[in-house]
Amino acid sequence: MIDEAVIDRVLGTALRTGGEFAEVFAEDKRSSSALFDDGKVEELTSGRDRGAGIRVVVGDTTGFAHTADLTEAGLRTAAEAAAAAARGGGGGTRTVALTRRHADRGYAIETYPEDVPKARKVELLERADEVARATAGAISQVSASYGDSRRRILVANSDGVLAADDTVRTLFSVSTVASGDTGMQTGRESVGHTVGFELFDMVDVEEMARRAAGRALTKLQARPAPSGQMPVVIASGGGGVLFHEACGHGLEADLVAKGASVFKGRVGERVASPGVTVVDDGTMAKEWGNLAIDDEGNPAQRNVLIEDGYLTDYMWDLLRARKEGRPSSGNGRRQSYQHLPMVRMTNTYLLAGEEDPDAIVASTERGVLVKHLGGGQVNTATGDFVFGMTEAYLIEDGEVTEPLREGNLIGNGPEVLQRIDALGNDFAMGPPGTCGKDGQGVPVGDGVPTLRVSSLTIGGTAA
Amino acid sequence: MGDLLDIADQVVARANDGEQLEAVVVRGLDTEIRVYEGEVESLASAQSQGVGVRVVVGGRQGFAYAGSLDPDVLDETLAEARDNARFATVDPFAGLAEPDGVTVPTLDLYRESLAHTPTDRKVGLALELERAVRAADGRISGIESAEYVDSLSEAAIVTTTGIRSSSRDSSCYVATYAMATEGPDTQTGFGFSVGRDLESLDVSRAATDAADRATRLLGASQPPSERVTVVLDPWVTAQFLGLIGYTLGGEAVLKGRSLFAERLGEQVASPLVTLVDDPTDPRAFTATDTDGEGLAARRNVLVADGTLSMFVHNAYTGRRSGGASTGNAVRGYSSTPSVGCMAVSLVPGTASQGELVASVGDGVLIQDVAGLHSGVNPVSGDFSTGAEGLRIRGGELAEPVREFTIASTLQRMLLDVAAVGGDLQWLPMNASGVSLVIHDVTVSGA
Repeated sequence: MIDEAVIDRVLGTALRTGGEFAEVFAEDKRSSSALFDDGKVEELTSGRDRGAGIRVVVGDTTGFAHTADLTEAGLRTAAEAAAAAARGGGGGTRTVALTRRHADRGYAIETYPEDVPKARKVELLERADEVARATAGAISQVSASYGDSRRRILVANSDGVLAADDTVRTLFSVSTVASGDTGMQTGRESVGHTVGFELFDMVDVEEMARRAAGRALTKLQARPAPSGQMPVVIASGGGGVLFHEACGHGLEADLVAKGASVFKGRVGERVASPGVTVVDDGTMAKEWGNLAIDDEGNPAQRNVLIEDGYLTDYMWDLLRARKEGRPSSGNGRRQSYQHLPMVRMTNTYLLAGEEDPDAIVASTERGVLVKHLGGGQVNTATGDFVFGMTEAYLIEDGEVTEPLREGNLIGNGPEVLQRIDALGNDFAMGPPGTCGKDGQGVPVGDGVPTLRVSSLTIGGTAA
Repeated sequence: MGDLLDIADQVVARANDGEQLEAVVVRGLDTEIRVYEGEVESLASAQSQGVGVRVVVGGRQGFAYAGSLDPDVLDETLAEARDNARFATVDPFAGLAEPDGVTVPTLDLYRESLAHTPTDRKVGLALELERAVRAADGRISGIESAEYVDSLSEAAIVTTTGIRSSSRDSSCYVATYAMATEGPDTQTGFGFSVGRDLESLDVSRAATDAADRATRLLGASQPPSERVTVVLDPWVTAQFLGLIGYTLGGEAVLKGRSLFAERLGEQVASPLVTLVDDPTDPRAFTATDTDGEGLAARRNVLVADGTLSMFVHNAYTGRRSGGASTGNAVRGYSSTPSVGCMAVSLVPGTASQGELVASVGDGVLIQDVAGLHSGVNPVSGDFSTGAEGLRIRGGELAEPVREFTIASTLQRMLLDVAAVGGDLQWLPMNASGVSLVIHDVTVSGA
């Protein structure tokens, strides 16, 4: 994307006024999407975003500038702006010996989306619409969307790191509306992997369409969710986002350093029930949060955060790790070249236990089975979190009975970790997600086995 | 700014016969300063630009965008948009906006002074904010963020159908997120102030709000589950209004995804509720003189004294519903125009929040909600959201409560509005807020 000699000179410019650390992050991203909605192909969109972000660190201050101009002159102007922003006052020149770092995700992309005719992408959407509508007359609206992106990045810094990566992601989703006497209900199914068009060898869009329709239809018969505290069983694959929010964010080193985490100063302590092991793993092949290198040029890693109930480590980006004199854990990510990197998760999951999932439900006298959680939110300083249940059922006398209308779950991260009293043997990853932090979104994955939390507050409307 | 119109003109000049072409060209200059413990933590300053090209030919629409204004990129973007159009389904209503004779309002949304404000002054403001939060209360134990952010942006839209419009605005804000600690208990609170130049920012107000919000929740407990009357803080009301605005958008209505679709002319809210969308009010953070398709922005009354009076439209949904655009096309350069409310507000009453609390007797003041984006279904209207706030006992604010949810449906909530406050607040979002009293909301707690 940029010549090595040019990078060298740009880093030199960035360091000329006393910068202690400088970094060039260049990105060239092409994306395409297609939307089928309301019975027709509404539109196809193509996008191109290309540019570089340059940061310069002086003391505890980071200066940052970005440019869409990747010529040497453009990059040097941005480097000067970043250096000025960091208010470097010193002098002298430094040269940097760049060492190319190998980025390896361990598998190859089979079919690059740009090599696939647009007509084939459209056919998939039409098929999903047709199948969802054919499921039942009550399906009143369907929308299906396809998206792919190819993101090439190059990172070089004054520590001598030079790394490049080429990441392809492909996504497909189907949303439905079912209408009945009780009003309208919605259902959704989405699949995304860090792969090319071979995604459609891995998933069956017709099956996805049937499931999305089924979710909306089921909810037409749903009754209001109960309110108050009760046991909650989370189905395999359906609730990993809970742990992303409930403990993942609180284990990000930037929040820990500012005292904005309930997990600050607790490494080595028991923070979860025995048997609970939480991992953040950027190396999981083909998963939505997969990385070869992070956005600071560090190789993705599998990091165990909580092991058998004990807090083992936080997640780290480069600057926070440098300050602590330790290596980055490969968790420095950014939305685009226009943003500074910060500590972010990749694929976050709970390891499976040994119990039979059916037995977990059968041993729950009265509670809620959550098949799918929607988005959530956490206050990392207090640990309080909230989640929408997008598919849930009542458990009565150990049996799954009626479907429930939507409602929120509310709880506290550290408390939930202590209240996990059953772990199934049926681990699965959930649907692809986008994690938002400080206004930046990045792709993340999550997963859980079937598990039970002995008590959570369900926020329904029924007494 | 003339150069943005020139660039858009150049793209549109390349239209083929029988082809409608639209070019949206934007440029922004953004500064973001974060401080921590008396030092600048990060300072980012950058110019960004982009172009979006929409092609409609034979009833088919295609779109492409790029984050660059280089001539070769413009060519590539136009070619991609044309190629994409080949795959769309023919839609007789597809097409660009056309001039409708409505005069573009003259709004004072751009302050040249912001463009010339030295960075040092902006840094000073962020540092002052952090100091003020710490000084506001001895129980403030930390500050997760204290920042100053500004943006100067300009946009031009040109179409083959005769639209040729440009606009620019300036905005800035300070925001902070503080932590308060007492014994084992930590609570958080945010504060902010928005304006169009530095003179209009109120740093001490932002600091006091953050400190008050954090400290008054110290010692909060989980309330029991029950049905109560709630008083929504203006900040909370604004978030709900944003969602209700979505349900009144022409796209949701035409595609059978709005709970209000068949209810025009019906009583959908308490007679106390008059809801307007008015991007021409310069006090609104999202005020604008033109919409995303270059038509004049205008004041629209959506609900009048509780009766649903209209939906909002862009050119496409207006045409498809047999009418016209209401000036509600919403977009960035990287997407085609969707339709939505731009600056929603309730016509305020006269009572202060204190008077509303006194009139309620017993209930809960909701200071903040969490998880609204996942907890509200704008199609069915069901909602359930995390909340925190203060008990109201005997007309007075009492002990703090947290870790509970409030739930109802948007339909019921609008009908259950018992009083609208007079404390209109302008917020950094597409809706403004007032205190609102709502009967019979389910609280789920212990």
